[in-house]
Amino acid sequence: MNIVVCIKQVPETTSVKISKDTNTLMREGVKSIINPFDMYAIEEGLRIKERFGGRISAVSMGPPQAEEALREAVSYGVDDAFLLSDRAFAGADTLATSRTLAKGIKKIGSFDLIICGKQAIDGDTAQVGPGIAEKLDIPFVAFVRKIREIGNHSIKVERMMDDGYDVMEITLPSLITVVKEINEPRMPSLRGKMKAKSIDIPTWGLADLEIGEDKVGLKGSATQVIKVFTPKRGGRREMLEGSVETQVGLLINRLNDLKVV
Amino acid sequence: MVKVDIELCTGCGVCEEACPFGAIKIQDDVASIDERCNLCGACVDVCSFEAISTQGLRKTGGEGNDHKGIWVFAEQRNGKIASVVLELLGEGRKLADKLGVDLSAVFFGDSVEMQTNELISYGADKVYVADAPILRDFNDEIYSKVLVDLINEYKPEIVLSGATAVGRSFIPEVSARLETGLTADCTALDIDTERRILLQTRPAFGGNIMATIICPDERPQMATVRHKVMKKAIYDTNRKGEVIKKNINGYGVNLRTKVLEVVEEIGETVNIAEADVIVSGGRGLQEPKNFKLIEELAKILGGAVGASRGAVDAGWIPYSHQVGQTGKTVCPKLYIACGISGAVQHLVGMQSSDVIVAINIDKDAPIFDVATFGIAGDVFEVVPALIKRFNEIRG
Repeated sequence: MNIVVCIKQVPETTSVKISKDTNTLMREGVKSIINPFDMYAIEEGLRIKERFGGRISAVSMGPPQAEEALREAVSYGVDDAFLLSDRAFAGADTLATSRTLAKGIKKIGSFDLIICGKQAIDGDTAQVGPGIAEKLDIPFVAFVRKIREIGNHSIKVERMMDDGYDVMEITLPSLITVVKEINEPRMPSLRGKMKAKSIDIPTWGLADLEIGEDKVGLKGSATQVIKVFTPKRGGRREMLEGSVETQVGLLINRLNDLKVV
Repeated sequence: MVKVDIELCTGCGVCEEACPFGAIKIQDDVASIDERCNLCGACVDVCSFEAISTQGLRKTGGEGNDHKGIWVFAEQRNGKIASVVLELLGEGRKLADKLGVDLSAVFFGDSVEMQTNELISYGADKVYVADAPILRDFNDEIYSKVLVDLINEYKPEIVLSGATAVGRSFIPEVSARLETGLTADCTALDIDTERRILLQTRPAFGGNIMATIICPDERPQMATVRHKVMKKAIYDTNRKGEVIKKNINGYGVNLRTKVLEVVEEIGETVNIAEADVIVSGGRGLQEPKNFKLIEELAKILGGAVGASRGAVDAGWIPYSHQVGQTGKTVCPKLYIACGISGAVQHLVGMQSSDVIVAINIDKDAPIFDVATFGIAGDVFEVVPALIKRFNEIRG
C-alpha cells in the first residue's frame, strides 16, 4: 500500500496575537508548524503502513522553508518527502494549488491512497483535497473520521456530516481528507529524528512538473484577493458585577434588550 | 510580483503591519517583501505614498461571455431542504435583481416534487431537478457529475451553495473540474454591477482577518456560504416558476463511490452549525457529569451544546460538539461559554457570534476579551442561578 500525505506549513496561531492598538495580527516571532489537521493525516498514513506495509511519502507546496515541515513529517516515520517550490507557484489559489500538488504526486510515482488534513488552519478552505482528487481523476471522501476497512480494491470509511455520519465505500486509488477524531498523532521517534536530519528532500519547481506557467501560482489562479481588512468587533465588553443573583438578573435583562433570548 | 518603488517608499512601516502573511520587513528604510508574499495587495491599499504596486502579473479584463443567471444548490438531507438554502435564495434574489437575471435552484433527490414547489415559493424562478433514487443520499461522485453537466449546459454566471459538510465536500470538486474559482465559507456577498463580478467576503486566520475575493475571468463564479449570515427568503405560495428536469439515465454506471449507510447521530440536541443559541462547556466544569448543567441551560434556551477542545479531549463529550480551530466554526446569535478560559484556538471558532456571554472563575481569562457580557464567578453557582431564573420567566 503506497500512501501520499499532503502537508502544509502554517503559522502556529496560538502565538498570533492581535495588537490592541491597531487591531491587526502581530506576526513577529510566530512559529511555523505542520497544519494540525495534517498531523492526523500523517498518523493515519503511518498506521495503515504498519498494517499493510508499503511506502509513505509526504509532499508539500510552499516556500523553501516548508522543507522544515517535511523534515518534521519524516521524524514521525514518513519514508520520503518532496517539496514543490518555485517563485512561479506563489500566490496560488486552491485551484492552482490543486493542479500543482496533483502533478507533484504523479511525479512521486504510483500510489494507492492520498491522505490530506480536512483543511489548513490559515486558509480554512477545505478545497485543496477534493481539488487534487479531481485533477488526478480519482474518487475521494472528505471529512473522514474513521477508516473501517481496507480491501485490495476499495476502502470503507465514515464521513463526518453536520448531523451524524455516512458510511462510504470508494475504490482505490483514492483520496481522503481527515478530521481530528480519526486518531491521536504520535511523538517523533529517535530514529525518525535522526533520519529527518540527514534525509535528502528533492525540491521540484515548475520545470520538473510538466505543467504550464499559466496553470500555477497567481497566473493560474481563478480567484484574486482584492481587499484584506480586520473585522469589526462588538467591543461592548461589560463585566457584570454584584452578587450571583444580581449578575444573573443583569445578564437576563441585557439579553432581553438585545432580543437574543 | 508586488513591487516596491524605492524612490517613493519612506520606510514608514504601515505595510509591514498590514501584511497578513508577515512577508514585509523594513530594511534600510525601505520595505522589502519576501517569498511569504501571497500577492493579496493589502500593502498596496495601505501605502500612502503609492510606493507599492502589483501590476504586471494578473490577467486583466473579463472576456465577454454568455453565462447568465444565479444558481443556488438546494441541498437536502433525508428529503428536507437545508435551512441555509432558504437563506441563499433570499440573498440570491437580491443579487439576481441587481444583475437583472433569473434566480434558479438546483435540486437533487428522490421523489422531489413537493420540495420543488417549496423552492419556487421561496423565490426560485426556475428549478433544475434531478430526481432518482440514486440521488437520495449524498454521493460526491454523482452529485458532481450532474452539477457539472447542468452548469455546462445552462451556463449560470454565479453558483452558490451552503458551506455545509455536503457543500464543502463536493463543490470544490465541481469548481476544479470546471477550472473556475471557488471561495469557501463566505459571510457576505455583493455585486460589482458594472463588471458583473461577485464580491465574496470571508474570514481567514480563524476570523482574525477578513478578505474580499473575486473571480474576474472564469465562469461561473462559485462560493460556499455560511449558515445564519444571510436573511431567509420570504415564503409565498403564489409564486410561479419553471421546472426543468435533468435526465440522469446512465449516470449511475461504474460509480467508484458508494454510500452504504446514512446515520443521524445528533438527534435531539441541535446541530451546532445551525443553532441560534449555543451553550458551551470547558474544563472548568471539572467532571463529565457536570455537562448536565450545560445541557439543561441549552435545552431551556432551545440551543445546542458546544464544548472546548479540553472537554472533548478529556472524553467528556463527543468531538462533534467541539467548537474551535480543530472543531467547528460557529456563529450563533448567542454563545454562552461556561468554564472556558478562551485559548486562541477556541476563540477563532466562536468570536463571530453576535452576542457572547462568558462565565468563568478567573476574571483575567482571555474569554472575557471577546465577550459582550462577562460574569467572573463560579460556574456551579452562576449557571444553576441562570437556569432557575429562565425557568421562572418561562413559567
